[in-house]
Amino acid sequence: MSLRGVACIAGAYEHPTREAEDKSTAQLHAEVAIGALRDAGLTRADVDGYFCAGDAPGMGPLSMADYLGLNRLRHLDSTDIGGSSYLLHVAHAAEAIALGRCNIALITLAGRPRSEGVATGTTPRAGSPAQPDVQFEYPYGITVANLYALCARRHMHEFGTTSEQLAWIKVAASHHAQHNEHAMLRKVVTVEEVVNSPLVADPLHRLDCCVISDGGGALVVTRPEIARSLNRPVVTLRGAGEAVKHQMGGQLDLTYTGARFSGPRAFEEAGVTPADIGYASIYDSFTITVLLQLEDLGFCEKGQGGRFVADGNLISGVGKLPFNTDGGGLCNNHPANRGGMTKVIEAVRQLRGEAHPAVQVPNLALALAHGTGGTIGTRHGSATLILERE
Amino acid sequence: MSEARIPPSPTPDPSTLAFWEGAWNGQLLIGRNTKTGRVHYPPRPVCPFDDEGAVELVPASGRATLYTFSITRAKTPYVVAYAELEEGPRVLTNIVDCDFAALRIGQTLRLTFIETEGGQPLPVFTPA
Repeated sequence: MSLRGVACIAGAYEHPTREAEDKSTAQLHAEVAIGALRDAGLTRADVDGYFCAGDAPGMGPLSMADYLGLNRLRHLDSTDIGGSSYLLHVAHAAEAIALGRCNIALITLAGRPRSEGVATGTTPRAGSPAQPDVQFEYPYGITVANLYALCARRHMHEFGTTSEQLAWIKVAASHHAQHNEHAMLRKVVTVEEVVNSPLVADPLHRLDCCVISDGGGALVVTRPEIARSLNRPVVTLRGAGEAVKHQMGGQLDLTYTGARFSGPRAFEEAGVTPADIGYASIYDSFTITVLLQLEDLGFCEKGQGGRFVADGNLISGVGKLPFNTDGGGLCNNHPANRGGMTKVIEAVRQLRGEAHPAVQVPNLALALAHGTGGTIGTRHGSATLILERE
Repeated sequence: MSEARIPPSPTPDPSTLAFWEGAWNGQLLIGRNTKTGRVHYPPRPVCPFDDEGAVELVPASGRATLYTFSITRAKTPYVVAYAELEEGPRVLTNIVDCDFAALRIGQTLRLTFIETEGGQPLPVFTPA
């Protein structure tokens, strides 16, 4: 059985806040839920499937279902693969809809790392001692930033990738963010500004990193006949793939990500190729994250990512593959340190023709959204969606 | 040479006590499947590769090459790295006691140990 065409994204909402000192995380979940349902023309009384990840307050989805007042739930899923969870949730919602387990699935994400003063990327954070890898990693001072830096360094060694090439990814994101009134970093930056920003964990500079923001987002997934009955453009799921990549008992190779597996699965299900994709939302926790995923998804050959992203190739209206036209995690926001939700939301905006006019891809038919959750330097989950405008 | 970072102590569990005891004896222990001979790291009681065979802990030679590294620009800078053991596994580690700016991927390394906050020795590497 294929997921092709079995479900549509009928509602999408990104919270405008970037710093929510006066709100609770649960409140943000509720606000984005209402926002996405209103966008679809639905209400909470219509929701019979609910999805959130493991970071939502409470045990799995239980406290949020209670707090949100979701009284008709017959399908639940709180699978957590970090920031890519929400792309996987779209695919799992489609599976549940195809099986008749629910008709209207709500997916929510929210968090307040900025207000809570979390030094997300640069401070070692102890995990639970029961997590078997913690004792072999935490003492060494691993951080999110230095684990991604390990991958960047190896890629540079094997393929000659340069810091200037990586910087082009931030430059492209900043060209898009200038048009987004909610973006945290709206100033257009140059390659020189990126490579001259302070090193955080070399070879990654401060401007190679995403922002830390509060906020959230939500999606409503439903069956096509319901989506067509609503007064919104219909965005249909055409293919999906998911994968986990880890250390493999020490046989790890840091030059690729799980996108190498989730991408081809999604393309095969969709019956299309990377050349058919007119817009791509690509997870951008760091510039190197984007480069590796573009290669692994097949937008260019392995090792050619540096050349592919250079000279504005990711800038809408300039290059061949417009990406993250909201400014992405690199410039717009990275709510709850999880960028997958906003990747789907901007792809939906693009397919509806509702992106900012300055970055809207004309006559867009097919978009890809891809997420990486966890860290590519150790273990991560990958999820790919291919979406189409009906 | 930089001022050295003092790492937090690891949190051994019943399945890893022998590994951390090995560090007290100057050994980096890796897992070896008694039936297939394949080695893995970090060691665990159930082989990650094969359902058959038991896992025994064997000491690594301590000879390795630098697979990748990053200098973390903390108040006290330190180097996180993957070292590729002569036996094969790539292990997450620190590179210590050296000029960080002179580190190069592919250079040879040797095993050494540093003391953590609680005293437990931590296996790390330094240029050979």
